[in-house]
Amino acid sequence: MSISLSLLIALSLMIIGFYAAPAKVRASVGSDQRQLAALLRQYGLNTALSVLIPTIAVVIGGALAGGGGLFGWLIVIVAGVAFMTAMLRVSPQQRARTEAEAWIKLILIGASVIAILTTVGIVLSMLFETRNFFAQYSWSDFFFSAEWSPNFRGDSALGIIPLLWGTLYISFIALLFAVPIGLFAAIYLSEYAGRRMRCVAKPAIEILAGIPTIVYGLFALITVGPVLRDYFASPMGFGDSASSVMTAGLVMGIMLIPFVSSLSDDIINAVPQAMRDGSLGLGATKSETIRQVVIPAALPGIVGAVLLAASRAIGETMIVVLGAGAAARLSLNPFEAMTTVTVKIVSQLTGDTDFASPETLVAFALCLTLFVITLGLNVFALFIVRKYREQYE
Amino acid sequence: MTHKSLLTVDALTRKRNTAEKRFKAYGLGAIIVAMIALALLLTSVVSTGSSAFKQTYATITVPLPAAKLDKSGTRDLAVMKKVTTIGYASLLRDGMVATVEELGIATDLNAKTIGKMLSKEASATVRNAVLADPDIVGTDMEFKLLMNGRIDGYFKGRVTMESAALDGNTSPEELQLAQALADVGVVDTTFNWAFLTAPDASDQRPEAAGLGVAILGSLYMMIVVLVLALPIGVAASIYLEEFAPKNRWTDIIEVNISNLAAVPSIVYGILGLAIFINFMEFNQSSPLVGGLCLTLMTLPTIIISTRAALKSVPPSIRDAALGVGASKIQAVFHHVLPLAASGILTGTIIGLAQALGETAPLLLIGMVAFVREYPAAYTPDAGLFGEAATALPVQVFNWTQRADPSFVERASGAIITLLIFLLIMNAIAIFLRRKFERRW
Amino acid sequence: MKDKTMTQSKISAKGVQVHYADTHAIKDVDVEIADKEVTAFIGPSGCGKSTFLRCINRMNDTIGICRVTGDIRIDGEDIYDPKVDPVQLRAKVGMVFQKPNPFPKSIYDNVAYGPKIHGLARDKDDLDQIVENALRKAALWNEAKDRLHASGTGLSGGQQQRLCIARAIATAPEVLLMDEPCSALDPIATAQVEELIDELRQSYSVVIVTHSMQQAARVSQKTAFFHLGNLVEFGETDKIFTNPEDPRTESYISGRIG
Repeated sequence: MSISLSLLIALSLMIIGFYAAPAKVRASVGSDQRQLAALLRQYGLNTALSVLIPTIAVVIGGALAGGGGLFGWLIVIVAGVAFMTAMLRVSPQQRARTEAEAWIKLILIGASVIAILTTVGIVLSMLFETRNFFAQYSWSDFFFSAEWSPNFRGDSALGIIPLLWGTLYISFIALLFAVPIGLFAAIYLSEYAGRRMRCVAKPAIEILAGIPTIVYGLFALITVGPVLRDYFASPMGFGDSASSVMTAGLVMGIMLIPFVSSLSDDIINAVPQAMRDGSLGLGATKSETIRQVVIPAALPGIVGAVLLAASRAIGETMIVVLGAGAAARLSLNPFEAMTTVTVKIVSQLTGDTDFASPETLVAFALCLTLFVITLGLNVFALFIVRKYREQYE
Repeated sequence: MTHKSLLTVDALTRKRNTAEKRFKAYGLGAIIVAMIALALLLTSVVSTGSSAFKQTYATITVPLPAAKLDKSGTRDLAVMKKVTTIGYASLLRDGMVATVEELGIATDLNAKTIGKMLSKEASATVRNAVLADPDIVGTDMEFKLLMNGRIDGYFKGRVTMESAALDGNTSPEELQLAQALADVGVVDTTFNWAFLTAPDASDQRPEAAGLGVAILGSLYMMIVVLVLALPIGVAASIYLEEFAPKNRWTDIIEVNISNLAAVPSIVYGILGLAIFINFMEFNQSSPLVGGLCLTLMTLPTIIISTRAALKSVPPSIRDAALGVGASKIQAVFHHVLPLAASGILTGTIIGLAQALGETAPLLLIGMVAFVREYPAAYTPDAGLFGEAATALPVQVFNWTQRADPSFVERASGAIITLLIFLLIMNAIAIFLRRKFERRW
Repeated sequence: MKDKTMTQSKISAKGVQVHYADTHAIKDVDVEIADKEVTAFIGPSGCGKSTFLRCINRMNDTIGICRVTGDIRIDGEDIYDPKVDPVQLRAKVGMVFQKPNPFPKSIYDNVAYGPKIHGLARDKDDLDQIVENALRKAALWNEAKDRLHASGTGLSGGQQQRLCIARAIATAPEVLLMDEPCSALDPIATAQVEELIDELRQSYSVVIVTHSMQQAARVSQKTAFFHLGNLVEFGETDKIFTNPEDPRTESYISGRIG
């Protein structure tokens, strides 16, 4: 039986239950509904949920188990049994509301467990293929080799170091650009700007946050890259590549400005006004107050914000795919093309190589590394920010 | 201490005030830099992309001789399909040459070159028209046909006489002829609806490439995300905000959700590849898998904003409902949820907008493939949203990887389209917030 | 020219009006505050006493929507003169706030902050001396001398408030403004701070806003009663509390309004 058909049957049972259960109790008590333990529609709701939830459970279980020919029948059987039991239990004494609410609560719990399942899924999916990768490729070469040159002959060098270097270098330049600008923008907006200025500048910066990264990537590719090459790199003899660490770093910096500024804005605003008054009352200027009282007080929060931005930068994909280049290289020249972990994840998985080959599987090991690094940064940063917020609550 | 008058500003204070001004200038400078960056970004995209919404067409009469297109004379489609686009190309060439001669425009170009001024897509257009209505065979029909990418580029200012002289695919003479045809109105640059409706086109015909499949694919994915992420997100938030006991378990869920919101998006692509494609064997490149990945990615955003919306409903509302004997569930569903609805919707739209612009995870699940067929929402074979599709941002990426420079214009045009969609979504979100915002 | 009596008073206010956006918070207030005396501002909440206090060191400048007109002079100099830098003014007119607000720095750095930004110390030893003197004057030295480098936020509420007083004294002000300095403190800490205020009178002109009439009676020599933005009555504290002229003052003191 096709799955669509069986789902349709389950759905009809649900609808039938929704109308049949109230009909059944009404038949048994007649016109006086006050004798019922619950409202009529609660009987319907309870019966419908009694069919719905076991069905959903079977569908999810079946999808995870990979389906199979009997899957459709199983759905129909479970839905049918659930429907029969629920209908038999319908009686004027049944506490339909309490039961329906128990089902609803189950749905709510199930939904919040999905968040956990997602994490488990992420970790498992990466761990599984990473294990396959390390069965074919030495882990010490992966982590400590400074060479990255995959090829089809089977003697690829897959060292993560040049990729990590590119990732960190680009992130560093991005932060170098985004942190001062984002921080100063936040300070100006929260401490100096008048209402009209805030009305214009704040949404403008928020627009930057709403622009998809592919747009930044294209900007790097068609505008920033060529401009940097023609006006800086080539004349100064740093190379003639449009895609470079600088291109990607600069554009990523623009992307991170709103991220840094909105986080810093929250954090600076959390510093109590009494602290500012104390300093102003002593005759400090505004900038002295900000530099010597507000910023030190907000420092842990700002550090957290910078770490979150760093995690963003490290995991960013489209800007580096379009702006940084594909050559794995250990170099200090920021105008040279370099590549990152995310670029290689994309290129190894969208290539034509056999899925079971180490050249493809390395993407999972790269992704797991990326995940561990960003997770570490996030947990640490969120911990700091949380602690900081509690301090002023 | 000597008595100092307030009316004279001492040296130190003057110095401090200069420092104050400098500091303020840094702040203003930072804002200006951010604004300039935004302006540059938008102008760069709009200036390269706006021309994608216009396209150069030639309106010419094409002879459709039965001898060539339907040798059997029975209008049998199976036979007529044997004539390929190459067969049609010669007819178009004849039509072009005839038009040029008729108008008395002098040119040194040979017939073959004149024929090539039309897009390779043009012969397919005529062929489709013939196959759709075989009765037109034997007549002379007027068609509005795409010019090739270089001629199109000339009318948009991308191609100049100088660059054409260096270009193997065109020549200044061709551009002169095109200009002459444009002067008499045969060639015209008009609004390009096909850019929004046509499917992608191959490397050789950038002028025919459109966003039809990508928009459809994005639409399907947004439906999947909306249908899954909104109810799941709201249900999870209700549990965490209203019912969950404060214990280690819910603490883990909470930390977990804020972490998921910060996980790099590409990780969700890996998840989709490993779980939905390799393990559950859903179709590669399908909007269903894309939608599922984006759902998981968007969930944390929706949960966080929904919880904020629920939190902003004052406890007195809950107390009032519980006070008249409502159950906890009734209090939440009858009273708290309706009051939080606008906040939840706003958060959902913002989450959807984020999902609409996301590219990286979709690359990994194969949505970058070249798709020319409009995907059906449902087929018995592929199931719901199971047919291969692509998505707007992925189409942008795809076009940036093409060799022909005309695709840059297409990619920027696609971005303008994407940004317009995002603008509409955000405008709706702002409207909802303004309209239903409540102050307690 | 200014007359003799005016130069004797430390602060002299004439026709002061304060507007917050559309609300008229202070209406035409005239007051003369003498040097080396404690002047108390009393009145029901929202009567404008704190607002007026904040006019004296121009803290109201930091609130965008606040507009001050009229004439306030310190030592005969108009503090709202465009030539006056509020930064210099606030060094001369120190302020202590309602809630103790030590900076999240060490005790030493809290006190040294003012002298540092105003460039009052010649060298490190000098700064140490200023900090010690300020802490001594604020009656905190004995409690704090062994933990100068511990965080100021780790002190008890009363100690924090005395630290804030020390912080204000360290910039060598001539006037000290105190905005309900004891409202966040327990009775014992309140008593200590009140005792301190009495001592400070010898060196500074002290203006204190208070909610508590007992406190005003205990610490001040002059009292001003504010009501709905008006200065209703101003005079010797003893007289205000025993024999007020205005019926509104009387009903406030006897507890009928407020």
